[in-house]
Amino acid sequence: MTDRTQPEFDSYTGTQTTGHEWDGIRELNTPLPRWWLWIFYATIVWSIGYWIVYPSWPLVASYTTGTFGWHSREAIVSDLAALKAQRGPLMDKLGAASAAEIASDPQLLDFARALGRPAFGDNCAPCHGPGGGGAKGYPNLNDDEWLWGGKLDDIEATIRHGIRSADPKTRLGSMPAFGRDNIMKRPEIEAAADHVLSMAGLPVGANANLTLGKQVFAAQCASCHGDDGKGKREVGAPNVTDSIWLYGADRAAIVDGIWNGRGAVMPAWAGRLDDTTIKALTVYVHTLGGGER
Amino acid sequence: MTGGELGAGLAFAALALLSIVVAAQAHTPEYAFHAYLFAAGSVAAVFAIVNRYYARPAEPIPLEIGGKPNYNMGPVKFATVAAMIWGIAGFSVGLLAALQLAFPVLNLDIAWLTFGRIRPLHTSAVIFAFGGNVLIATSFYVVQRTSRARMVGDIAPWFVVLGYNFFIVIAGTGYLLGITQSKEYAEPEWYADLWLTVVWVVYLLVYLGTIMRRTEPHIYVANWFYLAFILTIAVLHLGNNAAIPVSLFSPKSYIVWAGVQDAMVQWWYGHNAVGFFLTAGFLGIMYYFIPKRAERPVYSYRLSIIHFWALIFLYIWAGPHHLHYTALPDWTQTLGMTFSIMLWMPSWGGMINGLMTLSGAWDKLRTDPVLRMMVVSVAFYGMSTFEGPLMSVKAVNSLSHYTDWTIGHVHSGALGWVGYISFGAIYCLVPWLWNRERLYSLKLVNWHFWISTIGIVLYISAMWVSGILQGLMWRAYTNLGFLEYSFIETVEAMHPFYVIRALGGALFVAGALIMAWNLWKTVNESAPASRPALQPAE
Repeated sequence: MTDRTQPEFDSYTGTQTTGHEWDGIRELNTPLPRWWLWIFYATIVWSIGYWIVYPSWPLVASYTTGTFGWHSREAIVSDLAALKAQRGPLMDKLGAASAAEIASDPQLLDFARALGRPAFGDNCAPCHGPGGGGAKGYPNLNDDEWLWGGKLDDIEATIRHGIRSADPKTRLGSMPAFGRDNIMKRPEIEAAADHVLSMAGLPVGANANLTLGKQVFAAQCASCHGDDGKGKREVGAPNVTDSIWLYGADRAAIVDGIWNGRGAVMPAWAGRLDDTTIKALTVYVHTLGGGER
Repeated sequence: MTGGELGAGLAFAALALLSIVVAAQAHTPEYAFHAYLFAAGSVAAVFAIVNRYYARPAEPIPLEIGGKPNYNMGPVKFATVAAMIWGIAGFSVGLLAALQLAFPVLNLDIAWLTFGRIRPLHTSAVIFAFGGNVLIATSFYVVQRTSRARMVGDIAPWFVVLGYNFFIVIAGTGYLLGITQSKEYAEPEWYADLWLTVVWVVYLLVYLGTIMRRTEPHIYVANWFYLAFILTIAVLHLGNNAAIPVSLFSPKSYIVWAGVQDAMVQWWYGHNAVGFFLTAGFLGIMYYFIPKRAERPVYSYRLSIIHFWALIFLYIWAGPHHLHYTALPDWTQTLGMTFSIMLWMPSWGGMINGLMTLSGAWDKLRTDPVLRMMVVSVAFYGMSTFEGPLMSVKAVNSLSHYTDWTIGHVHSGALGWVGYISFGAIYCLVPWLWNRERLYSLKLVNWHFWISTIGIVLYISAMWVSGILQGLMWRAYTNLGFLEYSFIETVEAMHPFYVIRALGGALFVAGALIMAWNLWKTVNESAPASRPALQPAE
């Protein structure tokens, strides 16, 4: 037994021990530190005070609401009202104006761009990049090459209804999979690709059959991309004669596009974003560098 | 054959048969794989029981030899080694996760290595595999030594240790294969949960039985904390994992709780997993290993009683502070916040008792890096238990919530408190268990201490800066009343801090590798102790 009847004192601190011992460990009987106890009491008093003024204890069918009458739903309503007040009358003006009216009013345009910039970052940047610079398969919005048009109305319609989305007014038009669906044979596809390379001013291999390529292009591609290859915006067909390539400017990428087709999608943002935000995004994208009048 | 051997053998044989049936009918190959693991584990258990029956002496193992307790240290040794192995695995996966956050390409486009799968692998490996094995090892050691009694049970202690580690294997492989019920820190599916329940109940019975067998008149404070940990985790586990499986042959189940009630139950569980697994359990470690190593009496018995009961009573209420500004009712949020504030001093009671136990032995911090590690652990404990109540205040939480500040807070507790008290305890335990004169090298412990400490400081300070920066960027408005930053801009701003964090994590892993080397050399090359260490104190 390790219990002791005689009081035992620790020689270093002079404090009495409890007289117990476990595996060589003893315990001092030091009183609770005063500062510890008083802070503990203070936190309890503070908590009781907090319970009195804020919603806290559940009752049978409700809860104590607190003397401050604070409620988180009312708090968010007043926060939103404060934000609305900070944004001021320009917000109402923005709501009522068309994209064209916004673009022609410098003050309103600045205001809309201030709304459009973070909205672009949170909604559009995942595909088009934070600065709208695009990526492979996702168009660059800073240049003046537009698949579906670069006027304010075009941009707004694209944002609102999306591309090949579920929206009934979505932009449609698809590049067939000429190879996969057996519309064209491989030599024809390769010849067409060589013809495209030559139209774009890119180097063409020595064995290229440009005569065949020209024939194939006229028969199969020109209906959308135009005889001159300059593209057609009604169906989202890109200009294939310039140096802007969404999927790469090499022969393999072009052959792949003709063989498997292309059909990138963009969601319809109407219904996800409110009208004001869509208009702000429209003018923001329009002012990135390539907006058309 | 004893009743225990027969019963356990038959139970495992039945489980093996059931597992084979389930494997044959399983809806998914991943689940079939787990069923085969259960079958293989059960068959191995039957063989082990039969083998042991033929190898052991006919008479039961004596409880005492020469008037001294015949301690059962085999399971303790196993759990100690398992803790070290799982620890290094868990820290390394954490490092990978940290690197992926800085450089997402490092998921290598392999589904198994995506962040969503390795993140729970990391948290479960460090909390439940490393921390859990440390808790089982130390609790089985401490309860025997401070009760002066051999652990209760013949097969049972081995069942607890091996069964728990089998659960870890099922949980970990499940995450990599994509099996999860998507509850944070409770990701394993229903069949793993059921298995853990059986293991945990046996753990509780072994622990309680050993305390009841004690030859000391009183129960030592470390055992109060261990018991609170074991009991509360059982309740939390059952409450949070109440689920209905789709079928015996499917890994999928549906939680019975829904909506905000589910969220509340989840954070009642999640917060108290921190409170009772990572706090109460490790306070049990502190209460034994610090006075033992410092060779000083515990500072205040009275403080230990008051702070124990206050901690147990207050902690269980604090969960709602994880759900501030959500659909959780306002009154619940208030209670969660105020009980977190009241929890501050009860938490600090443990810190005071840990630190002040060194009075009269402060000089040992210069010469004993193991003790220094444990004392710094208690300092980290004090810091994170101050930070926790601070972050539970709604005004602070509105800035800190969902940011890296939370990650920093968790890691000051996890790396600093849990990690260091565990390292200290293992550094003490290994020479005692393997009967060695001393550790192979105290110099290496010193290296471990400094490398890891620099790692922790880099980690938590990077997360403080990044978390506060992130919170401020999220709430920043322009003077026109629009958001100043889009989300992606805040992510870009985090990048340098994520690199620093990964560096801190790498240093922490390096420290653990040094430790493992040191322990390996201690067991294999150090001189045996002249006097067996595992004799009861006179």
